[in-house]
Amino acid sequence: MKILVCISHVPDTTSKINFSEGDTKFDTNGVQFVINPNDEFGLTRAMWFKEKQGATVDVVNVGGPETEPTLRKALAIGADTAIRVDTPATDGIYVAKQLAKVVQDGNYDLVIAGRESIDYNGGMVPGMIAALIGANFVNTCINLEVEGNEATVIREIDGGKETLKASLPLVIGGQKGIVQESDLRIPNMRGIMQARKKPLNVIQPVETNPETEAVKFEKPAPKGNIKMIDSDNLDELINLLHNEAKVI
Amino acid sequence: MSVLVYTESEEGKFKKTAFEVASYAKGVADMMGTTVTAVSFNAKDTSELAQYGVNKVLKIDNDKLSKFNAEAYADALKQATEKEGAKVVVLGQTANDKYLAPLLAVHLGAGYASNVVELPANTDPLQVKRTAFTNKAFSITQISTDVKIVGLSKNAFGLKENPVELSEEEFSPSLASEDFKVNVVSVDKAADKVTIADAEIVVSGGRGLKGPENWGMIEDLAETLGAATACSKPVSDMGWRPHSEHVGQTGKPVAANLYIAVGISGAIQHLAGINASKTKVVINNDPEAPFFKAAEYGVVGDAFEIVPKLTEKLKEFKANNA
Ligand SMILES: Cc1cc2nc3c(=O)[nH]c(=O)nc-3n(C[C@H](O)[C@H](O)[C@H](O)COP(=O)(O)OP(=O)(O)OC[C@H]3O[C@@H](n4cnc5c(N)ncnc54)[C@H](O)[C@@H]3O)c2cc1C
Ligand SMILES: Nc1ncnc2c1ncn2[C@@H]1O[C@H](COP(=O)(O)O)[C@@H](O)[C@H]1O
Repeated sequence: MKILVCISHVPDTTSKINFSEGDTKFDTNGVQFVINPNDEFGLTRAMWFKEKQGATVDVVNVGGPETEPTLRKALAIGADTAIRVDTPATDGIYVAKQLAKVVQDGNYDLVIAGRESIDYNGGMVPGMIAALIGANFVNTCINLEVEGNEATVIREIDGGKETLKASLPLVIGGQKGIVQESDLRIPNMRGIMQARKKPLNVIQPVETNPETEAVKFEKPAPKGNIKMIDSDNLDELINLLHNEAKVI
Repeated sequence: MSVLVYTESEEGKFKKTAFEVASYAKGVADMMGTTVTAVSFNAKDTSELAQYGVNKVLKIDNDKLSKFNAEAYADALKQATEKEGAKVVVLGQTANDKYLAPLLAVHLGAGYASNVVELPANTDPLQVKRTAFTNKAFSITQISTDVKIVGLSKNAFGLKENPVELSEEEFSPSLASEDFKVNVVSVDKAADKVTIADAEIVVSGGRGLKGPENWGMIEDLAETLGAATACSKPVSDMGWRPHSEHVGQTGKPVAANLYIAVGISGAIQHLAGINASKTKVVINNDPEAPFFKAAEYGVVGDAFEIVPKLTEKLKEFKANNA
C-alpha cells in the first residue's frame, strides 16, 4: 500500500497571532512552526501501516522553502520520502489541486490529511482532493483499518460515531483518535540523522487559480472586564446570567 | 437566482441549525434582492421553514437518502443549485455540513468559505468574515467564483423570525451508483445525551477536579441546565473522560451561548477552541488563573463547594421560573 500524508506547516499552538502590511499578512516573526496536530495523528497512524503492513509512507507539503524543517521532522518520525510543491498555499482549492496531482502521479492508495489545519481552519483540502480525483472520502476519522483493498473507518459524528466501509483509493480527514496522544512519537537522534539523508523532492506547481482570497485580517476585540461574583453570593451569578447575559 | 440553503434534518425533523442557516440565507437574499430556496432531505413537515424567511422548499423524499451520505447529499445539492440557478449556497458547520461542503464545492466549481460568523459586508464581490487561526483572529475572505458556498458557524447568527409564504416542490435528484461507494455499517450515538455540537450550554471540567470520580457534580450541574458536558485535554488524555468530550484547539470547537469552566486554568489552546462561546463563566480557586482574563463572569473558590451549591440554586431558580 502506498500512503501519502499531507502535512500542513502551522504556527505552534501557543503562538500569539499578529498581522503585518496593514493587516493583510500573517506576521511570522518569532513564530515557531510545527506539523499541524491533526496531520501528526495521521502520520503516526501511517507509521503503524508501514511497520505492521509494509506500507510505504510519503509526506507532502504545498509551500515555500521555509516549510522544509517541518517536512524533515516528518521524515525523522519515519516517513520514507518528502515532497514539497514549491508554491505558496494560496487557498484550499489551490492546495487541493496541487495535492491531487501528486496523488495521481504517485498512484497512492491512501491519502491521509487532517480534518482541519489550525491556521487557515478551512476544513476543506482532503474532501476537495477526493472530489478532484474521484476517490472515496471519509472526514473526522477517529479509527482506520485497511485489509487488502477495503478500509473500515470510524467517523466522529455530532454526538457519537459511525463505522463506514469504503474501498481504496481513499482520502481521510483525520484527527485525534486515529491514534492516541500517547502514541505520538518524538523523533530520536537516529531518526533525525536518517532524515537528513532521505529524499526531499521539490516539484513545480500546476497552474491554477485560487477561488478565495483573505483580503484582510482582524483580531478579536479586547474583552471587557470580567465581573467577579463572591462565592457566597451565587444568586447574583444566576441573576446576571438570566437578566444581563440572558443565557439561562 | 435564489439563495439556496441546505436544511439538515434527523429522523424527519429539522435540526436547529436548519433554522439558523435559513435565517442567515434570508439576510443574504435581502441584500441581493432575491428569495430563499431550501433543500430538505426526508423532512416530514417543512412548514416551519416559512417562519425563517424560506420562500420555497425543494423537498427530497428518497429512502436511499434516509441516512446521511456525504457524496449523495452533495450530488443532490449540486443538482438543486443548478436547477435554481443559485449563485450563493448556505450551509452550517455540523459534522455533516463539513463533510459534504468540500465535495459540493468541487462539483460546482464554487469557492467555499467555512466558519463564517456574520452577514457579508458586500455581496458583489462577496466578502465574508470568517474565523481563522482557531478563533485567535478573523479573516475577511472574498470569494471570486460565479457560485459561492458559505459555511455559517453555529450560533454566530442566531434565529431570526421572518415569516413569509412558503411553497413546496417535490424534487427527485438523479443519483448514481458512484454516490453510494462509502457506506455506513453501524451508528453508535447516545440518544438521550445533549451533544457538545447541539448544546446551547456546555459545562466543562479540568484537571482541578482531581479525578474521574468527581464528575458527578459536573453532570448534575449540566443536567440541571440541559447542558452538554466537556473537558480539557489532559482530562481526556488521562482517560478521566472520553475523547469526544475534549474541547479546545485540538479538540472539539465550542460555540455555545454559555460555557461554564470548572477547574480549568485557561491555557491558550483551550481558550482558542471555546472562545466563540458568547458567555463564559469561570470557577477556579486560583484568582490568578488566566481564564479569568477571557471570561465574562468569574467565581474564585473551591469547585467542590461552589458547584453543588450552584446546582441547588439553579434548581430553585428553574422551579420558580418554570
Ligand atoms: C499542541 C497542544 C495542543 C493542545 N490542545 C489543547 C486543547 O485542545 N484543549 C485543551 O484543553 N488543552 C489543550 N492543550 C493543553 C493546554 O496547554 C493545557 O495544558 C490544558 O488546557 C490544561 O488543562 P486544565 O486547565 O484542565 O489543567 P491545569 O492547567 O492543571 O489547570 C487546573 C486548574 O484547576 C484549578 N483548580 C485546582 N483545584 C481546584 C478546585 N478545588 N476548585 C477550583 N479550581 C481548582 C487550578 O487553579 C488550575 O487553574 C494543548 C497543549 C498542546 C501542547
Ligand atoms: N499547504 C498544505 N500542504 C499540504 N497539506 C495541506 C496544506 N494545507 C492543508 N493541507 C492538508 O489538508 C488538511 C486540512 O487543511 P484545511 O483545509 O486548510 O483546514 C490539513 O490538515 C493537511 O493535511
